[in-house]
Amino acid sequence: MLAKAIEQLCRREGGKVLAGLIRRFGDISLAEDLLQDAYRKALERWPREGLPHNPAAWLTTVARNEGLDQLRRNAALLPDSAEVLAQQAACTDEEAAQQPAPLISGSASVDDDRLRLIFICCHPALAPNVQAPLALRMLCGLSTREIARAFCEAETTVAQRIVRAKRKIAAAKIPFVVPQRTELPQRLALVLQVIYLVFNEGYGATEGQRLVRTELCAEAIRLGRLMEELMPDEAEVLGLLALMRLQHARSGARVAPDGGLLTLPEQDRSQWDRAAIEEGTALLDRALRLARPGPYQIQAAIAALHSKAQRAEETDWEQIAALYGALLRHLPTPVVELNAAVAQGMAHGPAEGLARLRALEESGRLQSSHYLLSAKAEFHGRLGDFRAALAEYDRALALVGNAVEHRYLSQRRMAAEREVLSSSHACGA
Amino acid sequence: MEYMILIYADEKIYSDMPQAEMAAMMEEYGRYTEELEAAGVLRGGSELAPVHTATTVRLRDGKVVSTDGPFAETKEQLGGYYLIDCANLDEALHWAAKVPSAKDGSIEVRPQITHS
Repeated sequence: MLAKAIEQLCRREGGKVLAGLIRRFGDISLAEDLLQDAYRKALERWPREGLPHNPAAWLTTVARNEGLDQLRRNAALLPDSAEVLAQQAACTDEEAAQQPAPLISGSASVDDDRLRLIFICCHPALAPNVQAPLALRMLCGLSTREIARAFCEAETTVAQRIVRAKRKIAAAKIPFVVPQRTELPQRLALVLQVIYLVFNEGYGATEGQRLVRTELCAEAIRLGRLMEELMPDEAEVLGLLALMRLQHARSGARVAPDGGLLTLPEQDRSQWDRAAIEEGTALLDRALRLARPGPYQIQAAIAALHSKAQRAEETDWEQIAALYGALLRHLPTPVVELNAAVAQGMAHGPAEGLARLRALEESGRLQSSHYLLSAKAEFHGRLGDFRAALAEYDRALALVGNAVEHRYLSQRRMAAEREVLSSSHACGA
Repeated sequence: MEYMILIYADEKIYSDMPQAEMAAMMEEYGRYTEELEAAGVLRGGSELAPVHTATTVRLRDGKVVSTDGPFAETKEQLGGYYLIDCANLDEALHWAAKVPSAKDGSIEVRPQITHS
């Protein structure tokens, strides 16, 4: 149990430590090996010596010392090692904290190792299908298995892609920097996408026992803020930050005391983080004033409308359905279509929603989604067809991977079953 | 770190090009080369004669086999290269994008392996 807790703690602090090690040693694979080695030492020593005051600093020091030892051993053989070693000798931990390595000339002003890490993961010289997986691996410490699941890919495929990408970064010398101002606009879309992916992985963890991994949400918001600092007049940067603030404001109310999932209508709205909502709304206003609409701003506007409703019944579904229509034009993905269908159903009645969901399912573009099936079940229930609802819940339950979501769907299924039973009793009587 | 900038383009574009346009492009290449030199990154480079002048050589069972033509037929052909010395890939890509043929061809950037 203790080992498990230490492992979780290491994973949480890992991204921070790894980013720093990559900058220090200029080698991703070496940095990862050093971090793994530090994890092993933590497992060995923390149970005996107690938890260090600052686990991230402890891991950094242990990994760095091991790295320096390795370089010293290699220095006689490899001139490169001697060079890195000479740089390291002049740079202690405290100095590194106060004086981050200079960025390339003419570059933007924000200096942060994890921001550099995200830019290297999203480098256009890397294959598009490895950029996000690489970021989730290095920034969030997700395992290859979790990443494979999130992208519906085979684990070995994902692992191979990541290995190949890391080799290319080293062999082609892709730099560990925040790009120059002139290059930022063309690098932006991917970086925002990956930041939002990190957020979503935290907001609806694809695997495991917990539904919300707060540390991932917080990290994504932190990166969003750095992007805002970097590009304060970029509407979509503000839009994304607004979106994350507004969604995360509801995190606390999404989880019931027993760890179960609470959907929007079930949440205690007094538990929503009002300050976060205000900040999110202000950010969105700032973005909209720039008059350059985009998908993050539209999604933030949808989140803001949900936040505005004091009670679930007051939700402006008409407006939300219209916004989803606009979002579909920017982002014609099956998942957006699913949300648009649900919004239509809420605005114009369950039959309308069900028809759209059926069309989406029959198109085959969103296969094996438990969200689609549970949405169908909900609308069936609203129409009073609990048998059909029950069948859809059964199909959804067979697909869901997260334990909390599984429990939620089981509860909804039981409720539907009760309705079916009571109606058949009524018939029998 | 040294990078090879390989310039691929459809040779037909150039064989069909009016003379004035060709002269303008050569001038553009001249300016680009000067820029590389001024930045102190140029290590080498050359324009290559068209692929119909190519001969491909293979040693098979101890025997030299020469064939007419490039090693593979491709839609765009290798027409020249630069060898440049840069701090990292970003700098190399920056220079690659400025190669005049980047507008109508493809520029491949390959890091060199140094064996010490």
